[in-house]
Amino acid sequence: MIGRQQIPEDLGRYALLAVALLYLMALIALPLVIVFVEALAKDVIPYIRALLDPYALAAMRLTLLTSAIVVPLNLVFGICAAWAIAKFEFRGKNTLITLIDVPFAVSPVIAGLIYVLIFGAQGWFGPWLTAHGLHIIFAIPGIVLVTTFVTFPFVARELIPLMQTQGNDEEETALSLGASGWQTFRLVTLPNIRWGLLYGVLLCNARAMGEFGAVSVVSGHIRGLTNTMPLHVEIQYADYDYVGAFATASILAMLALVTLLAKALLERRQPELRTGAARQA
Amino acid sequence: MNELVQALPGPFGEAPVPPRRSLRAALRRERQFRVLPGFGLTLGYTLFYVSLIVLLPLSAAFERTARLGPLRFWQVVTTPRVLDSLRLSFGAALLAALINAVFGFIIAWSLTRTRFPGRRILDAMIDLPFALPTAVAGIALTALYAPNGWIGSLLADVGIKVAYTPLGVVVAMAFVSLPFVVRTLQPVLGDLDREVERAAETLGASRLQSLRWVVLPSIWPTLLTGAALGFSRAVGEYGSVIFIAGNIPKVSEIAPLMIMIKLQQYQYSQATAIAVVMLVASFALMFGINALQLWAQRRRSAR
Repeated sequence: MIGRQQIPEDLGRYALLAVALLYLMALIALPLVIVFVEALAKDVIPYIRALLDPYALAAMRLTLLTSAIVVPLNLVFGICAAWAIAKFEFRGKNTLITLIDVPFAVSPVIAGLIYVLIFGAQGWFGPWLTAHGLHIIFAIPGIVLVTTFVTFPFVARELIPLMQTQGNDEEETALSLGASGWQTFRLVTLPNIRWGLLYGVLLCNARAMGEFGAVSVVSGHIRGLTNTMPLHVEIQYADYDYVGAFATASILAMLALVTLLAKALLERRQPELRTGAARQA
Repeated sequence: MNELVQALPGPFGEAPVPPRRSLRAALRRERQFRVLPGFGLTLGYTLFYVSLIVLLPLSAAFERTARLGPLRFWQVVTTPRVLDSLRLSFGAALLAALINAVFGFIIAWSLTRTRFPGRRILDAMIDLPFALPTAVAGIALTALYAPNGWIGSLLADVGIKVAYTPLGVVVAMAFVSLPFVVRTLQPVLGDLDREVERAAETLGASRLQSLRWVVLPSIWPTLLTGAALGFSRAVGEYGSVIFIAGNIPKVSEIAPLMIMIKLQQYQYSQATAIAVVMLVASFALMFGINALQLWAQRRRSAR
């Protein structure tokens, strides 16, 4: 009796698992593998040469620069927003939380477009900018701005639920013992939220370095000047330089793998971080 | 929004709506309950930053469309080529969400209910679409599903073409939206009371019957939420789609690409008109998803 039921039940379970594995293989694992296979299709030397190409290096520099500006900006915002929203009660709070989520709901191309409408030659501030010789669209400031927009919710989204569950008790105790507001934040709040903070920064950085659609609208695709790594991938691919495209892509794929590894480690340390994950990206 | 305006200092301080009691009195009253410092500073900065980065640019899209006028707006968005692109973006995203609802459920179920070696690695891999830049995903999927690619050549043998067809669009959208379904389902499947399933089986239900009558009814609002989150991501997706789509006018052009094309032709108003259609749909979806999440939570806590 037991044996008869056990076998079909396990069979069904393993059949489901096989279907799951097959789907993940076709959609997730093989695309990752093929990036490295294509990058090394003509052996190691062309791969390394493609990576050391001056335009590829310039793209890497711009990507690093963009993320070095954007991540701290959104980090400070995320901490401020989470402090106000998690530690205090005020009217309109839910509206504010919804507003913070807005960039996740907007198509990347539209994110780029709305900045063109403001800073582009035909935009609101276009004539003024032109008169003063300032360039935002088709220049680096535009790239930084749209990247800020698309990565804007990451840190705040991660910190708000975390700080809400932790409550205000510890901070209130610190204050009643004579700590200043800043000391309370630095010595009580910050240690409590550090893993969540790191988690948010990690996701924010991955998106900032990998953003394509929004940056593509405002960049102008000037090689060596306004090309980020994802844009360099696109240009090389359009030029049929597949080794060049996949070589830069392989660096971005490695970044993704490091991000996933760090994310898994942080989740193991603080399991409640996982629950927010579905809302990200 | 009015609530926000009334209660807060900052750029919206001069509220056009007369508050019932004065702002100052309201603030004083609330301040008495506040022990922690920094409320004004952090909220003020948050509102300033949200307004500057999100609200101001978004309002430009609506202002531009308003200047276009309703008639011209309607003409632009009902051009056959534009309509086809909108239909493809929404249709393919819906199909991808449905496919992922099925496979995402199977994956989440296997990950929570079956112990097997490498489960942790597989679980971490689910998030790859969040972490992998979309352009990289785009060229990788194209290489894989092109007629001479690893999977594409297999499918070509049975007469299925994926890359450079609308089917390719669905594949790329399935890629980006998969984690939304799996990650939404996982915690709920983990919390599910297995005693009820066991009881159903003791009463003679088969595995399949218990899945159909016990598991599905309790998780389907969550499944719907996950699929809707995936759909809303896939609708606006650009980077991973344009490489595999082939971008044939009226066949495999997605709406974000249509916006891009209009921009390259310096047709800013037309580009913005298409964008506004998508923005309105996205915002409606966002509110729908919020309502769904509330409903799913309530149903779960009611049990």
